[in-house]
Amino acid sequence: MINEILFMNGYGIYVLSSFLFTLLSFLSLYFVVKVQYVRERNKFIAKFGNLKSERAAFAKSQIINKEILSNSSNF
Amino acid sequence: MLKFLEPNKIFSVTSKAPKYVLFLFIVVLSVGLTEALILSPEDYKQSHAVRIMYVHVPAAWIALGIFSSITFLSILGYIFKIKNFFLIAKSLAPSGFVFNIIALVTGSIWGKPTWGTWWAWDARITSMLILALFYLMYLLAWRIYENKEQLYKITSIITILGIINIPIIKYSVDWWNTLHQPASINILSKSSIHSSMLFPLFIMTAAFALFSLLIFLMKYNTELIKIKNKGLDRL
Repeated sequence: MINEILFMNGYGIYVLSSFLFTLLSFLSLYFVVKVQYVRERNKFIAKFGNLKSERAAFAKSQIINKEILSNSSNF
Repeated sequence: MLKFLEPNKIFSVTSKAPKYVLFLFIVVLSVGLTEALILSPEDYKQSHAVRIMYVHVPAAWIALGIFSSITFLSILGYIFKIKNFFLIAKSLAPSGFVFNIIALVTGSIWGKPTWGTWWAWDARITSMLILALFYLMYLLAWRIYENKEQLYKITSIITILGIINIPIIKYSVDWWNTLHQPASINILSKSSIHSSMLFPLFIMTAAFALFSLLIFLMKYNTELIKIKNKGLDRL
């Protein structure tokens, strides 16, 4: 059964390499986009931490800023 | 009227959605892979090589769909001056480009056992390669141009020129003598593909669509945080 799935009448190399390339492309894109997201979020958190208290209070009053700070690890 | 499309309103949804979309994607992909690699039958002519269709065709469909969406959003954004549409279009582009590359590479791998060659300058393949170049130009434009007005104009022009290529890709198999077979799946008429192959094809298409949604959400959130970072600099 396993041999049949892997060999596929001699077409296994073509079929499996196509699926493998697709999955590797997915993984690469996912991690590239995730790294970009984490980098920007960390930059945001660092900048937020450096704000003076009244400016931080003003920035925190914006809904989107609160969401970014509360969703520190959402995926 | 379009207030619900404001980034502040959208972010509360887009920031929470990726984890659910990722979970759904893994479930649907697992079902799709089982169907595509194990349960679906082999073709009487192409034998098991037909299984490449389950990654090649959905990737091509989604690459075309995303480019059409990017064009639509860019035109609307330019006409109605809605910057968020450009941001949505920009966030869609990376997954569209990757799906385009997947379609080209898996098509090339499929070509070897069926046509005996890795590459042919056939109308469908060449027009898909041109689409990849339009995706590349669009993504590079976002990196090159700093001036927003200029950027929106250039990206809109790229997408408008690129969209001309979409019907060429679709009808290339009917207009020219190509190595590709004519379309097997028709929305308006009966498809020439058996349901035992159609089902895994749709499951894999759903999985790919979920993946592009996941990448879009992550990229869109990143872009919104980038804007907010600039906002904090101004405080």
